[in-house]
Amino acid sequence: MTTPALELRDVRKSFGKTEIIRGASLAVQPGERVAIIGPNGAGKSTLFNLISGRFRSTSGDILLNGRKIDGLEPYEVNRLGLARSFQVSNLFTRLSAFENIRCAVLWSLGYRYAFWRFLADLRDANDRTDEVLEMIKLDRRRDVLAMNLTYAEQRALEIGITIAGGSAVILLDEPTAGMSQSETRRFVGLIRDVTAGKTLLTVEHDMGVVFGLADRIAVLVYGQVIAFDTPDAVRANPRVQEAYLGSVLADAQVAAAGH
Amino acid sequence: MSRILESRPHYHFRPYNVGRWILWGLFALVLLLAPRLWTSSFSHTMLSQMGIAIIVCLSYNVLLGQGGMLSFGHAVYSGLGSFLAIHALNAVSAGKLALPVSLVPLAGGLAGLTFAALLGYVSTKKAGTTFAMITLGIGELVWSMSLMLPEFFGGEGGITGNRVAGTPFLGITFGPQVQVYYLIAAYCFVSTAALFALTRTPLGRMLNAVRDNPERVEFIGYSTQQVRYLAFMVSGFFAGIGGGLAALNFEIVTGEVVGAARSGAYLLFVFLGGATFFIGPIIGAVLMVIALVLLSELTQAWLLYLGLVFLFMVMYAPGGIASLIMMNLRLAAFGKLRGLWTSYLALAATACTILAGAGAMLEMTYHLQLNAALGPEMKFMGATLNTQGFDSWFGAAFVLATGIALFEVTRREFMREWGTIQEEIEKEIKRREAL
Repeated sequence: MTTPALELRDVRKSFGKTEIIRGASLAVQPGERVAIIGPNGAGKSTLFNLISGRFRSTSGDILLNGRKIDGLEPYEVNRLGLARSFQVSNLFTRLSAFENIRCAVLWSLGYRYAFWRFLADLRDANDRTDEVLEMIKLDRRRDVLAMNLTYAEQRALEIGITIAGGSAVILLDEPTAGMSQSETRRFVGLIRDVTAGKTLLTVEHDMGVVFGLADRIAVLVYGQVIAFDTPDAVRANPRVQEAYLGSVLADAQVAAAGH
Repeated sequence: MSRILESRPHYHFRPYNVGRWILWGLFALVLLLAPRLWTSSFSHTMLSQMGIAIIVCLSYNVLLGQGGMLSFGHAVYSGLGSFLAIHALNAVSAGKLALPVSLVPLAGGLAGLTFAALLGYVSTKKAGTTFAMITLGIGELVWSMSLMLPEFFGGEGGITGNRVAGTPFLGITFGPQVQVYYLIAAYCFVSTAALFALTRTPLGRMLNAVRDNPERVEFIGYSTQQVRYLAFMVSGFFAGIGGGLAALNFEIVTGEVVGAARSGAYLLFVFLGGATFFIGPIIGAVLMVIALVLLSELTQAWLLYLGLVFLFMVMYAPGGIASLIMMNLRLAAFGKLRGLWTSYLALAATACTILAGAGAMLEMTYHLQLNAALGPEMKFMGATLNTQGFDSWFGAAFVLATGIALFEVTRREFMREWGTIQEEIEKEIKRREAL
């Protein structure tokens, strides 16, 4: 068996006395597309924050291509080939769409903190930036400041910044949050295109998006992965039904008792 | 052959940026010709100070405008640069150091860089309010050191030097002020070019990214702390150069050059000039010297006027003078500026009326408090006012009230016009986009 692109081993995270992630384990193979679903407060976003280095885990191991990454700073994790997006657009508001993407490209092309080279001369960075802008369909809006873009455009830019550096593992935190149905449909196609060939993890509430994007679904409930399987198998899983439908069943029973 | 052409991804057309060459040429020309236009020795002194202030304000804006770092202790780096430079100059005079006088400012720059590397390592670990507090603390620390270490800082009297030292090069002794001015102008031009170039480099752009959203920067491979630290050192280096030039210019360096008042002045005037544009700090620096040298000669209440200007600027034009200029250039680009000039004239006239009224009352108050021994009569804008008479107070109040009322009327009219013009421009942009 190949080394998983991303592996969690009994990861735990407590905030004060409250344990949010209680021994989550997960192994994602390279090139796999995984959607993480779960009820509100299950710890989906916290899990992303642990993987991307924003929070430190309390215990357990997080491995990227077999290399331990927990305890590293976010930028160190990113340099090892993992990029993430945010639920609320996290852009460089006073820079243009083009500059936003170019910032995200610079490190991966090895320009680091260079102050002895002009950006205009970095042909590879500028070409890559134009390429990404075309991929996210913002090439006609390249010179508009990020804060003046429409909501949907900002979401696209958010994805663009995430994929621009060419990381092999991509984490998307509710990429379609706040979008209309038609926008969402278009956006799922876009995400599918720009993440082709990469290992993808998404947190998503919209089941249409989940089934449209994911080969496998991980169900997170109370900080544990209770199921990790194909969409059909997850749907048939009694534990998932219990966790997910418990509240629905209870409502139905209440309604039945009322009659 | 065709294969080679195909394998090239794009043909990059880079137009020769004529506008930029013209601007830089003009800047050089102004630096060159300014002392021929204003020939008195007093104006040479002022021009020299402006050149120095431009370097220091630009270096400060690397932190404030480009990096979003509010520093309350920038004078530490320019000031320590001054001290190291004057010590270097004295070593040159004593024959202990073989350094041409023209390179003494670089000693100041190195001092600024070194201290920025040392102290910045602490302050740039944090951003935002914490950063501001640390710089304030370091500023106080260095200020108190300047009193405790008279061997280095020269105590109350400061350290004096003589810039006519070493062997003259091509007959340049730096004795006459105009020779020092040209040295300052050369440093000013090179520093401005270098700091402008910085804004076009990966580090400069990432510095903007750190200003806008430090959190996201961490997730695209950059350490925000490292970006801030490097920018801080660049800023410290150029501040030190400015300080070194000041040491040559004044031939004396006292403890106040590292003080909080100096740091505050840099912050105030960079903000006034406009931190969001590269040209802002240059405007701010020129204003700083005018205010500190000329305005303080003109009236005793100059700090009060300065405070009021700063207050109104923060409230109504937080982008500074540079942003006001840019907004009007935008109007001009769309050919809409012509319709506004009457309004501008009216605004200026009414503002002057307010200034006359308020100024008269302020000056009379100052006269009563400070110069009462000179009698009740005082001169104000060519008129003689009796500070104890009812008439002058009533007259001033009347002028002030009329000014305020008229100003408010014109301001409302102006805002209405401004709004319609902005709408027209928006429409125009939409129309062009649709093409």
